[in-house]
Amino acid sequence: MSGASHAGPHGAAPDGHDVYDNEEPHGSLQDYVIGFVLSVILTAIPFWLVMAHVFKSPTVTAFSVMALAGLQIVVHMIYFLHMTPKAEGGWNMLALIFTLVLVTIALSGSMWVMYHLNVNMMPTSMMTSGSMAPGAMNGMTSPAATMTQDNEIGGNTMGPGDMGGMKMAPPASARDPRTMP
Amino acid sequence: MSSSSNPGALTADPHPRAFHLASEDDHHPENGTLLGFWIYLMSDCLIFAALFATYAVLGTSYAGGPSQAELFKLPTVALNTSMLLLSSITYGFAMLAMAKGNKGATLVWLGITGLFGAAFIGLELQEFAELIRDGAGPQRSAFLSSFFALVGTHGLHVSVGIIWLITLMVQVGRKGLIQTNRRRLMCLSLFWHFLDVIWIGVFSFVYLIGVLR
Repeated sequence: MSGASHAGPHGAAPDGHDVYDNEEPHGSLQDYVIGFVLSVILTAIPFWLVMAHVFKSPTVTAFSVMALAGLQIVVHMIYFLHMTPKAEGGWNMLALIFTLVLVTIALSGSMWVMYHLNVNMMPTSMMTSGSMAPGAMNGMTSPAATMTQDNEIGGNTMGPGDMGGMKMAPPASARDPRTMP
Repeated sequence: MSSSSNPGALTADPHPRAFHLASEDDHHPENGTLLGFWIYLMSDCLIFAALFATYAVLGTSYAGGPSQAELFKLPTVALNTSMLLLSSITYGFAMLAMAKGNKGATLVWLGITGLFGAAFIGLELQEFAELIRDGAGPQRSAFLSSFFALVGTHGLHVSVGIIWLITLMVQVGRKGLIQTNRRRLMCLSLFWHFLDVIWIGVFSFVYLIGVLR
């Protein structure tokens, strides 16, 4: 129940009685309409930004889209899911915050680790240690095998002696879509 | 006294605490369910976080195959998004009708919500069918595998939500807006709006940012 809905139809009732009467935390019509209008606006802007190429830089557009998405999630939480710090005695909010922490760790951690795995597997770094035996190279490539195997389909003209380097090379191209056909 | 009913209890501070808590719980019989369902949704959120992370890592591994910019049609995604958003507010109207005890209006709004949800699923299945027909199925590249896993899981949730919605419409039709059905409708409300929240992430991160790459 948001503050607005609370002051609305049940404003006269004492707080405890209100909660006891309708256990369901529901918003008012006004809440839903405000939430819907805000959502429509916050959906239309990112689509417009991308489809009309408003910003020259894709990075700026990407960050704007993510910021607007975050804003819209907050709008949904407040107006549709009726999240308040007091809902369910605060346990709802606590569970949500805990989940957000986990989601942040999972998302940023995955991207961070996998990005650095890619960077460290770049062929340039491998070429400097060219004296390594192929067996050792293969042993090192195995963690990235899931990321590289799809690129082997594309075919590579390097000789078998460069097996380690060949296995290394694809992630660099896979990471940069501009080099792909 | 407390020693007979509760032999293990401390003698210093006896019964009032325990009995007070028990009676307190009686005041909020519904809260346990809603809190439990919320915690389920949070765990569901973690499933989606894992799928989003997978997509974030594999989203550019094209294996020489098509990229997002070549595959995604933004007007279709916009239509899809509006279907889900409209279904969100019609579910809200159903909840308002339920709060007023208006069974007929509740059923009508639930029906409209189900139709919007079905339209969403229909559009999504059509998109999937086109991708697979064009040779861009989940087995084509790591990008498409992660894409189908993420968007497919969301679609599966919406489909289950529609089945749940139809079940509740039958329940409400037969038994009316009894307390049990109100609680069930509240849970589905959380579920339905939660799926819309996940879809915000999908259309922003997968589709809109995808075509920028």
